Amino acid sequence: MMRVAWLIVRKDLTVEVRSREIAYTTLFFAVSCVLVFAFALVRDGRAPEDGAAGILWIAVMLAGNLTLGRTFERERQSETLRALLLGPAPRAAVYVGKLLGILALLIGAEVALVPLVALLFQARLLAHPLWLSAILVSGTVGFAAVGTLFAAMLVRARSRDVLLPVLLYPMTVPVIIAGVRGTAALMQPDLEVGVVQFWLALLLCFDAVFVTLALWTFEAVMTD
Amino acid sequence: MSQRANTSPDLDCDFDRVAVEDVSRHFGRRRAVSHVSFLGSSGTIVGLLGPNGAGKSTLLALLATILRASSGAIRYGAIESKDAPAALRERIGVLGHDLFLYPELTARENLVFFAGLYGNDNADGAARAALDRAGLADRADDPVSSFSRGMRQRVALERALIHGPRLLLLDEPFTGLDETSAAALIGRLRGLRDSGAIVILATHDLDLAEGLLDQAVFLRDGRRVETVSHPEGLRSTYRSIVFGASQP
Amino acid sequence: MPKWFLPLALVCGLMFAASPLVIASADYESTMGLVQKIFYYHMPSAWMFLISAIVCGVSSVRFLVTGDHRHDRTALAAAELTVLFGLITLVTGPLWARRAWGTFWVWDARTTSSLVSWMISWAYLILRRYGGPGSENLAAGLAIFGTANVAFIYVSVNYWRTIHPATTVVPKLPFSMGFPLWFCVAAFTLLFVLLLKLRVRVEEQQARVDELYLSLDDFGR
Repeated sequence: MMRVAWLIVRKDLTVEVRSREIAYTTLFFAVSCVLVFAFALVRDGRAPEDGAAGILWIAVMLAGNLTLGRTFERERQSETLRALLLGPAPRAAVYVGKLLGILALLIGAEVALVPLVALLFQARLLAHPLWLSAILVSGTVGFAAVGTLFAAMLVRARSRDVLLPVLLYPMTVPVIIAGVRGTAALMQPDLEVGVVQFWLALLLCFDAVFVTLALWTFEAVMTD
Repeated sequence: MSQRANTSPDLDCDFDRVAVEDVSRHFGRRRAVSHVSFLGSSGTIVGLLGPNGAGKSTLLALLATILRASSGAIRYGAIESKDAPAALRERIGVLGHDLFLYPELTARENLVFFAGLYGNDNADGAARAALDRAGLADRADDPVSSFSRGMRQRVALERALIHGPRLLLLDEPFTGLDETSAAALIGRLRGLRDSGAIVILATHDLDLAEGLLDQAVFLRDGRRVETVSHPEGLRSTYRSIVFGASQP
Repeated sequence: MPKWFLPLALVCGLMFAASPLVIASADYESTMGLVQKIFYYHMPSAWMFLISAIVCGVSSVRFLVTGDHRHDRTALAAAELTVLFGLITLVTGPLWARRAWGTFWVWDARTTSSLVSWMISWAYLILRRYGGPGSENLAAGLAIFGTANVAFIYVSVNYWRTIHPATTVVPKLPFSMGFPLWFCVAAFTLLFVLLLKLRVRVEEQQARVDELYLSLDDFGR
């Protein structure tokens, strides 16, 4: 199964490298988001306390929503998602393949976003890079795990563009709380490791539970 | 077909016949397929003929295991589709209306990907052979989006066949093909039939299907109206069977 | 309708009619006085909110595993009741809070996580309404995810709250688990069961009509 998942990831990366459509649009959208927040929230050249953490995560989630939509919209043209499901590999392999591709895109966007947010909001985001990476990656995994399943589910549904955020955002509330609070804790002048560890543990639990759930339910949810 | 994917013998779900037994499928209140039965054996070409909305595409989707039947059963040899393991899908090839090709990838890349998906260890070799058969070796490294409809159809057909399936399902394969391509497709299907495959195709194009079909299943409003073996004079047979009731 | 429906419906109606009297007879709570009495509706509806959500989740699992549409109908009915009882809870709660503590909304752990879970059940209904054909399976997946998420939502909101204490602290009220409370719980439970049965029956009738409609086809052969 991992072999097939890996094939799908490579295929998606090839397609993406050819057109670079999703990468560019995601990145650009995320940056515009951050700018909008800057205009909305920065007063007298000063950013709100702790605002940077929230802004970073909101930008990631909004951009992530777009990425998920676009990735599966691509599969919808030419019905290639169907072709993937027709293969002899367990259908969950399609889920894993798509998840890894989306993760790669989102984490790539975050790599660009973190310095930008740190710069614009004078935030000490890069003070503890290892902890920050851990929180960002585990939070993104949680968001993408739920998002990939929902986006795949909705490929054949009507009103799919609007339904994805409606389903996804309430479901990923724990991710945004843990992500923002964890990131904000990292920006405090004196780091309380316990707090950061708690949020990280919560995110990792979330990831474990929901990736497992998604693997279990993917086939049942995708068959008609 | 000589290329076979690598499967261990106990997972090999090969079969010599596919039996559709009293299959129905409805979507809410709309009955797409209603109590249809027919049999396709190894080495035959079965045609599903009927007007739009007759249920041909739905029936093909049911045969491809994409849809589940609301009632009735589809048997692949001894295996029933409900209990079918994932390995059964290795024996089924589908050429859908939407071709299932990634437009941004080249023909070669598409074929290599799908060969790999079906467990072929020598994906590059399989892709090369397929491109030769399709006569597209010189355009192998051009993105599929630059191909004409006929060329895309040829690649799609090779994609459907790359894993050497026993059952080949084609949905309107002659759409948009010029005479040469259509003739080539017909030749290909005949070759497949002679090597023991079961070919089931849905088509509107009665002239092209003429002389190709070993069995013709006529559908109307989801129901099987009649099955004719070795049909001749398809057009008039079609008219009389499908529209016969409405004629005075 | 099963034989027990009508008598139980009568009993339920009578209980609700009698409930103001029962509640009025309960002891006055010392700090909040009359306003506290809304609790006798708020608490049972919160419990029914939780129970409906659980029923929805369990039915969704059974539906995905067996494919039997009865479970799907139960899940749909339970989701609607989750939204209904959630609404009652989320309205009575702030009304009480306003009178008792001065503000409508406190970002209390329980209230906030209830709100999020309530939104998930709304999302379920929106998906079923606007998702087009085949959305039963999708909604079942959503329900399962939502149920699994309850613990995570609560923990994350709870911890989020404790590091930012509210300006008005929500006190833990010493409730005497007296007769009025159990009376109302019984009434609400009865209401839940009746509404669930009624709603499932509507869906069953709908399914039967669809089936009859489909079988009309067979007579034309």
